[in-house]
Amino acid sequence: MSLIAHLARMEAVEAGRAQPLATVRHRHLSARPLVLVPLTTAGEAGAPLGALVGTDPEEPRLLVVPQPRDRELRFAFLAELAEEVLPYVDGHTEAVELVEKNRTDPETGTKSRVEVELCADAPQLIVPSRAGIEYVRLLGRSTRFRRTAEQDPDTPYPAPPRVPLLGRWLTHYGERARVPGSSLLLAATDLLNRHWATGQSSLEDQHLGALLAWIDPAGDEPGAVGAHRAELGRDERGQLLCPPAGPATDPAFDNQLLAPAIEAYDRARQAVGAAEDGEAAEAALAGLHRAEREVRRLVASQLKPAWDAVWRALGLLRELPEGARVADRWTRDRWSFTAHRDRIAAGEPPQPRRDDAVTAAAKLAAREQAQGQLDAQEALDDPLVLAGRRLSGEAFTGEVAEVLMAWTESRRPAPRPLLTVRTEDRPHLDAGVRVYRSLGGKPQAAEFVAREEDGSLVLRLLDRMGRAKEPAEGTVPEKGERIAWTLFEHDTRVGPKLPDPEDTPWTHGGPPRSAEGELPDAVTPEDLL
Amino acid sequence: MSASLDAGGSRPPQTTDPVPTPASRRRTRERLAELRGPAVPPRPLDARALAALAANPGCRRRALLDGAGVDKGALAARLGSPAPFGQSQFAIVRGNSFEAKVKADGGRELLRLFGVEDPGAVSVPDLSASGPEGRTARTALALREATAAGGWTLLDHPLLTLEVAGSPVHLEPDAVVVDPAGRWTVVEIKSFPMVDGAADAAKVGAAARQAAVYVLALERVAALTDGAEVGHAVLLVCPKDFSNLPTASVVDVRKQRAVTRRQLERLTRIEEIAEALPEGLSFDVRECSAERLEAAVEAVPHAYAPECLAACEMGFHCRSRAREADAVQTLGRAVRGELGGLTTVGAVLGAARGEHGDPEDPAVAALRRARALRQEALDEAGAAACR
Repeated sequence: MSLIAHLARMEAVEAGRAQPLATVRHRHLSARPLVLVPLTTAGEAGAPLGALVGTDPEEPRLLVVPQPRDRELRFAFLAELAEEVLPYVDGHTEAVELVEKNRTDPETGTKSRVEVELCADAPQLIVPSRAGIEYVRLLGRSTRFRRTAEQDPDTPYPAPPRVPLLGRWLTHYGERARVPGSSLLLAATDLLNRHWATGQSSLEDQHLGALLAWIDPAGDEPGAVGAHRAELGRDERGQLLCPPAGPATDPAFDNQLLAPAIEAYDRARQAVGAAEDGEAAEAALAGLHRAEREVRRLVASQLKPAWDAVWRALGLLRELPEGARVADRWTRDRWSFTAHRDRIAAGEPPQPRRDDAVTAAAKLAAREQAQGQLDAQEALDDPLVLAGRRLSGEAFTGEVAEVLMAWTESRRPAPRPLLTVRTEDRPHLDAGVRVYRSLGGKPQAAEFVAREEDGSLVLRLLDRMGRAKEPAEGTVPEKGERIAWTLFEHDTRVGPKLPDPEDTPWTHGGPPRSAEGELPDAVTPEDLL
Repeated sequence: MSASLDAGGSRPPQTTDPVPTPASRRRTRERLAELRGPAVPPRPLDARALAALAANPGCRRRALLDGAGVDKGALAARLGSPAPFGQSQFAIVRGNSFEAKVKADGGRELLRLFGVEDPGAVSVPDLSASGPEGRTARTALALREATAAGGWTLLDHPLLTLEVAGSPVHLEPDAVVVDPAGRWTVVEIKSFPMVDGAADAAKVGAAARQAAVYVLALERVAALTDGAEVGHAVLLVCPKDFSNLPTASVVDVRKQRAVTRRQLERLTRIEEIAEALPEGLSFDVRECSAERLEAAVEAVPHAYAPECLAACEMGFHCRSRAREADAVQTLGRAVRGELGGLTTVGAVLGAARGEHGDPEDPAVAALRRARALRQEALDEAGAAACR
């Protein structure tokens, strides 16, 4: 974190409420995102306890596993989740636009232009916190290798039909969330932390309730007071006033409320099994419904505050205008979504447990490029982000004091005007260093020539002035214009393209992939799934 | 790193202080017992306390309270900032059944995870004894016997002692395995899953730091045992994927061991902290009033950082004190580094606004520039929004 961000935090301490870290919104927000608030059972990996899911803040769908250790109930939960998530995903696969792309024929090497489909919009998934993103990954991992009865009639515990597909989408979203600047799967805490600085540390900022107490306090209450209550405040029964935003539950909730309710549910189920006549069975069934309702009520009581908090966070973020280059990054997300849609349609197997060497290298390269691109784009979109780069000497803003026309000395002289720029900033410039400004959304390069005695900088413009001897109109800044220059490139350069897997030498390809694909996880009596 | 750190693997930690005599040790022990409350049994250093030690070795308050064996959770509750730690009974049940499963079959299951298919007879000595001293002695005896016997031995929940800042603390690893060659290996059983051979890096790191402390404690016993050697690789046992089946991974803790060892050596000696305290202080949560406890806690300086919240029961109490003092550390350790001598939020903001501070001071100059740039950007955005 930069000094400017630290300063913002201290201003937040003094003011008692959060201070802006951005003047525009740097992430895409879908008009109709799908919010998912999951809860998990303590001590058990991938044993969901419940979830609230939906696209309408007023009408969440409540899914609950009344006995998390029961395999059947867990599958029922996943099937219900698939019923909520997959129609939402499928709703985005049909509407497409056609985009021209270059393609090189692998046989002949000839280049041609082809039209390919790009989904017009992509589904967006919002979870409360970073732990929620990890949980989406975990759910994806635990379900994508499951076999349905249709795929494998002999499988001992067949999964409901659409559950493996749900796993593949959740895996794709979880993986995409690791790409910097991507907006397919976002955590509400990350979104808020990107745009506001609170008067607490970044560790404490992971608590959604505390974060909102700083950013959107109730009345004039100081952020620290509200955040403290959100973190630690308990009612007379010892329950947290602001339950954690999942997926982990509060131990006091587990021990005092949930465990007795689940025990009651188990007893009620036994009573149903033990019922000997119709009347007793009916009474036992009624008891079972009551017990299940009680578990549902308890789980909902933990989920609802987080659900409301996520929508509140989204509302706050919608008040910020979207940054100019956000749509560009969202297009990349749409490409990512379209590509996965095509992989599923083509009947490709689920994502492997571990990436092979070639895929891993490609992913790392893509993430590195995305990070560079995100840093540059955020600075260009937002003067407050640019201020941080100016402070660190990676950018400067200055007024053009003088423009002197000059040309190259070749047979066809090209314009190379010299600009004198007055700035208070202190960029790290050496002779020959290139700087860039944004001209109609495209970068225009200049070269640092010298520093004048009064501290002004002399720059030589290098490109984007047209082919003629006289520069095209509007391509050379005028005297008095105030321009932001960056020392970093606006489009990060990437290394040479990685070869296709078939063309990767065996020294770099890693061990060969086994032909049979990935086997499902072994099911054991011990795992009590 | 100096060569002496690792040269004598099993020597007790060196300090520059004069070697404590038995009499001075006894005095310290008495003083600590007095601080804890004579009727209160000392708390062993559990996993959380070890994590707190790693998170904040320089905190005197934590060092003294842990060294004296004070129940920090109870203390924090009395001070009105109860620690939010707790364990769900679901996790406890699952953890216990998992540990029982790992240690099932007379230790054979665990040795299978070691990669030993046919260990022959596995001895699992009974380590129960009265009192922590008795259990420690019993553990040391069992370790000596196992090393001499030259077979496979599994020690279930042995009790070890380690000198932390001049006072002995008790440690209880999940298990220690002795192999026929006399090598002792710490076994750490955790309930977080290893999915596709990889577990949460932060959790593995915490387990490795914890195991490193056990390795250091074992080395003290090994130094007195012929033919014994303590393995610097520990066995981490976790549930596999989404099941309750154990899987294991060997974790090299040499680095964590060296770091912990250096931290332990550099700890301010608890006796010094204790001696600097005024007479009559007490942390006896059963006997003292909240005001007295509060005064006692305030007498020992803390070194709060946000990491404490996840590791130390006193974290929230110290945070409110640090916030009252307007300390910049409340915003994170990294914040301190760039601010030079400015330690309070008020001083930083005052310097940034130009109200005080030396403009020649690079930290002050940077702050003023940062503020000016931030203000300019906000004004620019505000003007753009108005247009």
